[in-house]
Amino acid sequence: MAVSNRLKNQHLLWRSAFGPMAENAADLDNISQKKLWELLLKTSAKRPDKLEVAQNLVDGLMKGIKDVVDLQKKELTADQKKQMQQQSREDLKTLNIRWLEEMINSEAQLREKMSLFWHGHFATRVINSYFQQELLQIIRENALGNFKDLLKEVSRSPSMIQFLNNQQNKKQHPNENFAREVMELFTLGRGNYTENDIKEAARAFTGWGFNLQGEFVFRKGQHDDGRKTVLGKSGNFDGDDIINILLEQKQTARFITKKIYKYFVNDTVDDAKVEWLSDRFYKNDYDIKKLLEDIYLSDWFYDEKNIGSRIKSPIELLAGIRRFLPMEMQNDQAQLLFQRTLGQILFYPPNVAGWPGGKNWIDSSSLMLRLRIPQIITANEAIDIRPKSDDDTNMGQMMDANLKKMQDTVKGGTATIEWSAVNKIFEKIPRENLLQKISATVLQTKSQVSTTVLDKYLNNESRENYIKSAVVNLMSTPEYQLC
Amino acid sequence: MVIKRREFLQVGSLATASLMLPKFLKAFEKPMMVPPGNKVVVVIQLSGGNDGLNTVIPVRNDIYYKERPKLGIEKDKALLITDEIGLNPALAGFKELFDDGSLAIMNSVGYPNPDRSHFRSMDIWQSASASNDYVYTGWLGRYLDAQCKGCDRPTQAMEMDDVLSMALKGEESKGLAFKDPKRLFNSATGKYFKDLGNNHQHGEETIDYLYKTMSETLSSAEYIYQQSKAHPSSETYPGTELGKDLKTIASLIFSDINTKVYYVSLGSFDTHVAQDGQQKRLFTELSDAVKAFTSDLKKNNRFQDVMIMSFSEFGRRVSQNASGGTDHGTANNMFFVSGGLKEKGVLNAMPDLSDLTEGDLKHKVDFKSVYATVLNKWLGANDKAILGKQYEYLNFI
Repeated sequence: MAVSNRLKNQHLLWRSAFGPMAENAADLDNISQKKLWELLLKTSAKRPDKLEVAQNLVDGLMKGIKDVVDLQKKELTADQKKQMQQQSREDLKTLNIRWLEEMINSEAQLREKMSLFWHGHFATRVINSYFQQELLQIIRENALGNFKDLLKEVSRSPSMIQFLNNQQNKKQHPNENFAREVMELFTLGRGNYTENDIKEAARAFTGWGFNLQGEFVFRKGQHDDGRKTVLGKSGNFDGDDIINILLEQKQTARFITKKIYKYFVNDTVDDAKVEWLSDRFYKNDYDIKKLLEDIYLSDWFYDEKNIGSRIKSPIELLAGIRRFLPMEMQNDQAQLLFQRTLGQILFYPPNVAGWPGGKNWIDSSSLMLRLRIPQIITANEAIDIRPKSDDDTNMGQMMDANLKKMQDTVKGGTATIEWSAVNKIFEKIPRENLLQKISATVLQTKSQVSTTVLDKYLNNESRENYIKSAVVNLMSTPEYQLC
Repeated sequence: MVIKRREFLQVGSLATASLMLPKFLKAFEKPMMVPPGNKVVVVIQLSGGNDGLNTVIPVRNDIYYKERPKLGIEKDKALLITDEIGLNPALAGFKELFDDGSLAIMNSVGYPNPDRSHFRSMDIWQSASASNDYVYTGWLGRYLDAQCKGCDRPTQAMEMDDVLSMALKGEESKGLAFKDPKRLFNSATGKYFKDLGNNHQHGEETIDYLYKTMSETLSSAEYIYQQSKAHPSSETYPGTELGKDLKTIASLIFSDINTKVYYVSLGSFDTHVAQDGQQKRLFTELSDAVKAFTSDLKKNNRFQDVMIMSFSEFGRRVSQNASGGTDHGTANNMFFVSGGLKEKGVLNAMPDLSDLTEGDLKHKVDFKSVYATVLNKWLGANDKAILGKQYEYLNFI
């Protein structure tokens, strides 16, 4: 099977962005991949506006307190703390929904998609909505920039420092958590450093902390300024020195490139290609945009084996449906419930290593829900889902507290869809080619859904109904889970 | 133009046509009689970090009462099982099981470098990994992998929930999660999906995997529903969630289904505030449901073959806090209930409250030793392959 130009363009849009949208899906037959890539770059060129959600309570309380030490001295009453946590959880829900809206509606598709990747790479779970909002902004601003800047800014963010306990990393009692993860998960990967490297690096990060204004602070009194040896280099290193040493290692470029290849190209790694890409990534001084360009402008990216082979993450699935079907969601709770039930809640990664992805997304329950979601959304079908509580006062209760409410509201309907935009994509297609065309627009896989089966379920009352039923049916297939 | 719709795709409708099974599902067509003596484990997860010290109470320990002036449960209120030890007053059903010789209690179970985050610690317990390892498969999921390479029976491990826990996710095989067999059946009986499955041509590995999962779910849903109706339990269970779940499990145990592992959760035990009332409510639900379940099993002569095992992601600090509750701690106790236990009663020493790490209990038994014992001695599986290491076996089974 020759790969059509349309399929290639859709491939580029599914991988580098959140899939084709109704308004431009008709134009994908003739544009070249190079042109489309340039368009993607252009629309993501602007610095992103910050998504500000942290409410006055969190903001105000934080600004009223000079330092986290004050907080520990219990200047806040138990009630205040509780209130702050509740408000933070509400804020995080808002941040979740607003960012998801960006992924669906923003023209900066390339930037938001890359940000989702980094959101899983630099995964933190902290309750503080202000910290999360700031970390997200660091990620979105640097998503297509330079990995060095991104790593440095993330390492100094209160969200990361809190999550990996660097606030407790002091000269007298080093805490190795951040030093370990920065090597294992953020730069080198396992097997490329020793336990001693971690111990020594942890000493260099002593004194890195934050105050409650959400600002990085270096606490000189807690810093160990003695001599350290890390990855064969010795000196009176501080945290910045360690990050620089890690970035000097070619292994860091290799590790990041491999992860990006697996995420955006193919889970099965082609070593030669990764080596070539990572060489260039290193030589280009960790320029993320250039690395992506090397991938998306290569011929091999469009090889048949790389198309339709990736299991969409829950966020990719939900965003993809909503890009293709312009809709107004009547309640946010449904979106959170879908995320929860499918196993990917933004800002609540399972742990510091992020979401594992791939087949891990799929089990009986999650797959059946995935298959039913297009129907649930488009037909306002009631869903009866009761995920168990997360039992995490620090983090998970965002879901618990509203679970009941969530189920009630979800039953009340979820969306109104503007089908005219979808009909417009296919307005020039003759009836006899219609199903084939819709299928080629909705699905990326080589495996095709049997037209004999589809014919049995499509609505022939009108052309409009036919298109609607074909789109919904095609989205309700195992094939649509792949991109 | 905005259209509200309620049409297309009769996803939820009950299919009446007979089920056409893809080849790899032929196994379901043969009767799968479960041999008598089929060992079953029912895991009860106490989510949120249950306070072990107010569960199994050291009623003659001065430190306990000193650290818990408000929360400490007095000796005359506790359900004494020895001179020194009492159970929480709300655990009457477990006291009966103790007297009956079908309860075993293991104290001080935990792991090195304990993590006090619910999520992280639950991950560690479910995946059976070290506290600095990130593993995305569960110990029971890997049991399925080891048991069942190449065979397709997702009914071997089932969870009573709408979302499958990591504990039951293997690399290749995964357990099946549902809250109610009938609802599972209704949600997974689209004729459309069956038609899709029957018409799928073999393709790439990933798409085949998705089709296989879908078809297995559809046929398992039907199979489970039928089995759940075959020998329904006639015992009266409390009307609580856990009561309903255990009744479903009992009905399935009495059927011919091949399930070895059932998984169910109860919570939240995260009692930072007003612990007494919360723990009492949950323990009453636990105790009443387990009492009905064990009595049901006894009447049906299956109590020898079924073992309940409870755990929580961590225990709580020895000292009470200022809000009538307790904060996140470390080591905890586990309960084992069965008519087939080799050792009964209190299996090891009570936690030493004079030897703490920063106010927290030290663990004496690695929970992975418990898993190894259950996997090897109860389920007859290769625990070393599943846990990646040989852990010491315990003697309670």
